[in-house]
Amino acid sequence: MLNEFKQKFSKMAKYNLTVNKKSYPVEVADDTPLLWVLRDSIGLLGTKFGCGMAQCGACTVHLDGTAVRSCVLPVSAVGNAEVTTIEGLSEKGDHPLQEAWCEVDVAQCGYCQAGQIMTAAAFLKDNPKPTEQEIVDTMSGNICRCGTYHRIREAIQVAASKTH
Amino acid sequence: MTTSSRREFMKAAALTGGGLFLGFNWNHAEASPVVVSGENIANGLADFNSYLSIGTDNSITIVSPNPEIGQGIKTAFPLVVAEELDADWSKVKTVQGALDNSKFERQVTGGSGAVPHSWDRLRKAGATARYLLIGAAAKQWKVPASECTTDTGKVFHKASGRSLPYGDLAIAASKLEAPKEVTLKDPKDFKLIGTEVANVDNHNIATGKPMFGIDFHRDGMLIAQIQRPKAFGLKLKSVDAVAAKKMPGIVDVVTFENSVAVVGKSTWEVKKAREVLNIEYEKGADLESSADHDRIFKDLLVNGQPKVHRKEGDIQAAFEEADKIITAEYQCPFLAHSPLEPMNFFAHVRADGVELIGPTQTPDRARGEASKITGIPADKITVEMTRQGGGFGRRLAADYVREAVFVSKLVKAPVKVIWTREDDMTGGTYRPAVRYRFEAALNRAGDMVGYKLRGVGMNAGNPTREDNFPSGAVPNLLIDSVDHPSPITTGPWRAPITNFLAYAEQAFLDEVAEAAGKDPVQFRIELLENAKAKPYGEVKYDIDRMLAVIRLAAEKSQWGKKKGVHQGFSVYFSHRSYVAQVGEVVAVSGAPVLKNVIAAVDCGIVVNKGGSLQQVRGGVVDGTGHAMYGNLTFKDGAPQQNNFDGFRIIRMNEIPEVDVHFVDNGIAPTGLGEPALPPTGAAVANAFYKATGKRLRNQPFILEEAFKGIS
Repeated sequence: MLNEFKQKFSKMAKYNLTVNKKSYPVEVADDTPLLWVLRDSIGLLGTKFGCGMAQCGACTVHLDGTAVRSCVLPVSAVGNAEVTTIEGLSEKGDHPLQEAWCEVDVAQCGYCQAGQIMTAAAFLKDNPKPTEQEIVDTMSGNICRCGTYHRIREAIQVAASKTH
Repeated sequence: MTTSSRREFMKAAALTGGGLFLGFNWNHAEASPVVVSGENIANGLADFNSYLSIGTDNSITIVSPNPEIGQGIKTAFPLVVAEELDADWSKVKTVQGALDNSKFERQVTGGSGAVPHSWDRLRKAGATARYLLIGAAAKQWKVPASECTTDTGKVFHKASGRSLPYGDLAIAASKLEAPKEVTLKDPKDFKLIGTEVANVDNHNIATGKPMFGIDFHRDGMLIAQIQRPKAFGLKLKSVDAVAAKKMPGIVDVVTFENSVAVVGKSTWEVKKAREVLNIEYEKGADLESSADHDRIFKDLLVNGQPKVHRKEGDIQAAFEEADKIITAEYQCPFLAHSPLEPMNFFAHVRADGVELIGPTQTPDRARGEASKITGIPADKITVEMTRQGGGFGRRLAADYVREAVFVSKLVKAPVKVIWTREDDMTGGTYRPAVRYRFEAALNRAGDMVGYKLRGVGMNAGNPTREDNFPSGAVPNLLIDSVDHPSPITTGPWRAPITNFLAYAEQAFLDEVAEAAGKDPVQFRIELLENAKAKPYGEVKYDIDRMLAVIRLAAEKSQWGKKKGVHQGFSVYFSHRSYVAQVGEVVAVSGAPVLKNVIAAVDCGIVVNKGGSLQQVRGGVVDGTGHAMYGNLTFKDGAPQQNNFDGFRIIRMNEIPEVDVHFVDNGIAPTGLGEPALPPTGAAVANAFYKATGKRLRNQPFILEEAFKGIS
């Protein structure tokens, strides 16, 4: 009954999203999470689905530069905010974190890494020279099921050491 | 055409069609020759064998036929071919191979078996091509082949100062007759093997390229989600899909077996329509709860009819005459695999064939299941593997592939099935719970003269490994088991059986060493040295290799010499590799905290040092996390945890530092996807015991007495 109630109150609507500095008109139900608008409507597939309840961080994107979990953010709440996904983090795939991820050879399966990088990128912007403890505290919201945590930590340190 | 007749056809075609036939024994089909097609040559590409093509532009394409789930095979396999080829690694392009029985065998990710299986084949594939390239250069220069050498993608004739890149020689070389035997490199001349070679997909991963199954898109493709019974033991009775079908974006609702599939245009629309399905279920089997499992385990340990797996000496006399008897029971819960990419698969069932694309550890099984469902013969079914967001054994099962095939067949359209996390955690298959009872008999000198192990498993067949240590080292021994068939679906989970057995056994041996008044490391060394001098029955592990990792771990951890550090020891042989670990617990603000794990690993030659280091670290993190927190419970057949809020996965703030040391013994490589995980639980449990004086006999540790009041 609750579900049917919820269904009645969600309605199709038109949105004009700004993603990676480009404009995308979409028409979706207003409760559609940004994650699925990115993946299914816009076709940006770098942002990953992991849990659907902001527990794992695989779906992390930036909203006006702040890291958010796109799997629980309804499209209707995005408004005019600028969305940045892993595809738009840098023009040539050379953000210091993306380079550090390759240099440190972080990925095993790789599925969580876009979300890890997006979480780390927003964090380093606010805190360019973090302590190890600050890195650990921030990154503990993101799950890596393969257990690449040591290398994620190291890559963030490498990126921070190269950023001025 | 059947697989074998197809293989014969390939062989014949290669021999008669002017192609290249590699004359030595390739053991079945793997790396059998590919017909050198005029078309490829016209495009500047010479095919050398199933793995390898070289372009006139000096590009080198190496196919990795095995599924990549994060174990690094897509880097490691091509690395071995490139080593023997003396290729310029920066010019190598690696490609994920599709399922092809005519070219490859064992396209499986499981059992840590890919590298040991393919090591020789990969080396020969590279070495043979190198031989032919030298032959082509020698012919062109009119010099003896023996005067030519290779280095980083070029053939050299040093005496005359000439050299040619492989690309210039590739087409001529591919037309030469292949040798019957080829000389492989001396491992001391390896340039790539043993170094740290980065994951070939790093840049694509870091920039978010769509490589995973869930990213696969085909125009006209529909999305499906499946509603399965909410409890194991229930079966479908009736479906009312009227409301769901009216929802926006929904194309159809179809039913098969015990499943109801909602099919539509987008993931969110499908998910919402699924929520308004009205489905009735009825009981088809027992609806088991975790409390039932606890009771069944305890009952079967005593009253079950055990199947004996190994028996040595006179077990009854050993226990009757014992100076001391130590008995302990260990239990582990169900675990979900939880790869971060939930189950998904693409299927397109047409009248004349089936196309399957997605993440699977067993493409051959996927094809077989599709053939059974559709009646379409296997040779009309193609399987392509995407990169896979983890597997851990979950993608050995083909249940989600079957679903995609059923739905595509029923709606007559290309379909991608996507599971939610809740589906993934509640839909099976699981690592089954298990309980072990150990008994050890000590004589007056503190020698273990009797050893009994009984395992009670669920759908596990034999939950023991009767030939593993300490079998062979104890004069009187009895290993048996009882199985409980459960309607809960179960299957292999990274390091099947040994993931829990190693913990229980190595934690128990810590108890025995203590009762014997012996140092835990010395206790194990004594047992192994005794087994070497006088084995009791067959010894199916290499005693020297096991001793070597034990000594290396003890040395690197400064075993017993660190003040304020509580150390726990564990060693295990599984999947052909040997791993010893020392866990280190220290007090932080009065609470015991796991700070370090030191690992000594013998997997023979380390193929990719970088990837191998991470496999061990990741295995230790995985082993620690699941031992500490992993716990899937049931109530009336229904899983009680359905997402990461209830099923706790280890996070960055909970990991120990992991210090990895490899034994360098030059033995042909064995696998590393699994072997680092089994010993971890006991290294951790034994270290916590030293710190707290409390044994951790049940997983997850977090619920044990020792952790009361600690989060």
